[in-house]
Amino acid sequence: MMVRLLLILAFLSCSFPSFASVTTQPGELRWGGDTEGGAPYMYQDPDDMNSLVGYEVEIIEAIASHMGMKPIFVQNGWDNLIPGLERRLYDVSIDGLEITPEHQDVVDFSMPYYVTHLQIAVRRDNFDIVELDDCKGRVMGTLKQSYSQYVLETLGDVEIRTYEDEINAYTDLVNGRLDGTLFDAPIALYYGGPMREVKFVGPPIGKIEYGIAVPKDNPELLDLINSAVTSLRDSGKLRSILERWNLWNPMVAEEFHDLGPVKTQPVMYDKWIESHRPSFSLMDRVKRYSSFMPKLGTAALTTMKVSVASMVLAVIFGLMLALVRVFGPAPLSTLSMWYVEIVRGTPVLIQLFFIFYGLPNIGVKLSPFMARVIGLGMNYAAYEAEIYRAGLMSVPVGQMEAALGLGMTRREALRHVVVPQAVRMVLPPVTNDFISLLKDSSLVSVITLVDLTKAYGQIATTYYDYFGTGIIVAAIYFLLGYPFIRLARWTERKMEASFVPDRVRKNRRTGLGLRLF
Amino acid sequence: MEKSSEVLIAVEDLHKRFEDEHVLKGVSITIKEGDLVSIIGPSGCGKSTFLRCLNGLELLDSGRIEIAGVTLSRSSSDQAITRSFLEAAHEMRKEVGIVFQGFNLFPHKTVLENVMLAPMVVKKIPKDEAEGIALRLLDKVGLKDYSNRYPVTLSGGQAQRAAIARSLAMAPKVMLYDEPTSALDPELVGEVLQVMRDLDSEGMTQVVVTHAMHFARDASDYVVFMDQGEIVEVADGDEIFSNPRNDRTRDFLRHLAGVI
Ligand SMILES: Nc1ncnc2c1ncn2[C@@H]1O[C@H](COP(=O)(O)OP(=O)(O)OP(=O)(O)O)[C@@H](O)[C@H]1O
Ligand SMILES: [Mg+2]
Repeated sequence: MMVRLLLILAFLSCSFPSFASVTTQPGELRWGGDTEGGAPYMYQDPDDMNSLVGYEVEIIEAIASHMGMKPIFVQNGWDNLIPGLERRLYDVSIDGLEITPEHQDVVDFSMPYYVTHLQIAVRRDNFDIVELDDCKGRVMGTLKQSYSQYVLETLGDVEIRTYEDEINAYTDLVNGRLDGTLFDAPIALYYGGPMREVKFVGPPIGKIEYGIAVPKDNPELLDLINSAVTSLRDSGKLRSILERWNLWNPMVAEEFHDLGPVKTQPVMYDKWIESHRPSFSLMDRVKRYSSFMPKLGTAALTTMKVSVASMVLAVIFGLMLALVRVFGPAPLSTLSMWYVEIVRGTPVLIQLFFIFYGLPNIGVKLSPFMARVIGLGMNYAAYEAEIYRAGLMSVPVGQMEAALGLGMTRREALRHVVVPQAVRMVLPPVTNDFISLLKDSSLVSVITLVDLTKAYGQIATTYYDYFGTGIIVAAIYFLLGYPFIRLARWTERKMEASFVPDRVRKNRRTGLGLRLF
Repeated sequence: MEKSSEVLIAVEDLHKRFEDEHVLKGVSITIKEGDLVSIIGPSGCGKSTFLRCLNGLELLDSGRIEIAGVTLSRSSSDQAITRSFLEAAHEMRKEVGIVFQGFNLFPHKTVLENVMLAPMVVKKIPKDEAEGIALRLLDKVGLKDYSNRYPVTLSGGQAQRAAIARSLAMAPKVMLYDEPTSALDPELVGEVLQVMRDLDSEGMTQVVVTHAMHFARDASDYVVFMDQGEIVEVADGDEIFSNPRNDRTRDFLRHLAGVI
């Protein structure tokens, strides 16, 4: 049974060519970033959902081409970019990573390729906040786990709301849920900037340096990157990229000793502002939604593949756990019990992180697809095992005795008599579980796979549209799950037909077998 | 009917305990091929336990059981249960069919599939051959028209007849019944007992734990009265009911008469 299962998993993972290997080919520079990083760092091009744009994309591509290498993008969640680098999912990482002592403990950084500051934004009609000190006693929005959060915490007496997606913070600012926001200046410029109701106040706060993260044990690569950054800086290429994105500022000018006048038009910035004008027609909207349907379709397929493969694993492994627990010898039975208790008693996210980022420490490296399938599958197996166990316990002892009495061995009795009945009994709850697994699979979008939820995030951050996209994505989830809801109902009816005597069923008015009226 | 004198079941000094409770306290009996034996006795005296020991569903603590050439024996409960002992118990279950009070039909299979399953799984008989055997047996117990029904759709009497057919499909040398009619409505008891009478006339060896006293008296070759884990009296049906020799037997029957 195990062999067949492994074959299925192997097959499924092969049908995903991109996971086949995480090793670097010579001449390639694999770089990790998060497509949800957002403008201006990196985001999906609104005109072409399959291409990635952003000043960081242009910088890393310029660096790669200077090094004579081919840049290969590897998706990973922003929070996990540095663990992913330690795991060698990619050679370097770039995505607005701040050069901080904590980060430097685990990875090396190139020299800064950009320097910026924090920016306060408030509603246009707010005249109370004009500098950082005024934020005391106010409700401030900021980015989760960032330098700006640290600054607000140090200030003290600020009610801090942290966000994962910057656009939500600015929306809340406009809606009055926040008094102000504190973000890295590029974010403020791109998200707060286009909003008519928002203004920037106060002088630049702090100094933020972005660097390219390189694994600690690769000084040769670090040297190559540093010399590439230096020559791009000296040739003016870096400056022109920054100017295209309207990001050139006095701090960079000073850092780069380059005080000359601006030479390049901020074309990319203008394009961004243009495509985010608030009002546009229904036709535009329909066009836009249909433009990202293929992307959502692919993502839905990924979600489905992950869910089905995880469920196959969960159903088979769960049955084995339950059989061992109920019929196995004492030590194995206890082991199975502890497996179930531990898995159910710890968060699935921790388990996934452990499998994906922790296991490589002991030499077990799984592709993102396998990591998810195994993580979700092993997790759900614990829940399925409990369902099966209830199913097995609900098969009367007399069934086992009758089978043994007919000369079957215990194994034959289990296989032909007890398990088939338990399986029938648990089919409805297991099918229901599959529906939750379908949704839970979104939990693990943290692991470098673009599933439906991830696609939702990417599209929504690109268009500022959590509403319309949200409805569409919810509808897709529902459509994926609906056949299984029907299946669960059907199995319930089928099961009832063969286990509940006719005379009982005919008199029955409610699902509880009681006549309530 | 003319009985052969071949001994088919020989039980010697059978003991069985459940934790502290000494349930069978040295039971010995021999049963000949073709006999129909009824076991009666008060509730909790160990009738079911004895029956279950006879086909290895309960493992004896000490003593010796020999059925159709298969022997299970232990000198004491301290003696470890060996693999060969378990294998002998399995062999014994193949030779001995058992029918329970609650039928225990497999609810996920049709009547026909219930009967076909064990021959196919245990004896590896091919499907069509097993189906032939099963249909013949269902015909014999009067259930030919019910072969494609699921057990939940059967009446109690039909279900018990199906359970008998299921056991017969393994061609056992002995049939054991544990209160086969106790769960049935009175008007359905007769049809099940009739099947057992038919089997008796074909020479099947049968041991029946029963509360159906008229059946014990009229149909069985002899009646075994058990009390407190012991066989107290073995006698001809008419004799034990009309003229019990042992005081305990007399008390039991008098008590029973009082209840009825
Ligand atoms: N699996 C078991 N574990 C513990 N005690 C048991 C078990 N099976 C039977 N006993 C005990 O052994 C004694 C004899 O039980 P048994 O079922 O053999 O009685 P019986 O003669 O068949 O009674 P009845 O006429 O009520 O069916 C009872 O006291 C019962 O509680
Ligand atoms: Mg009993």
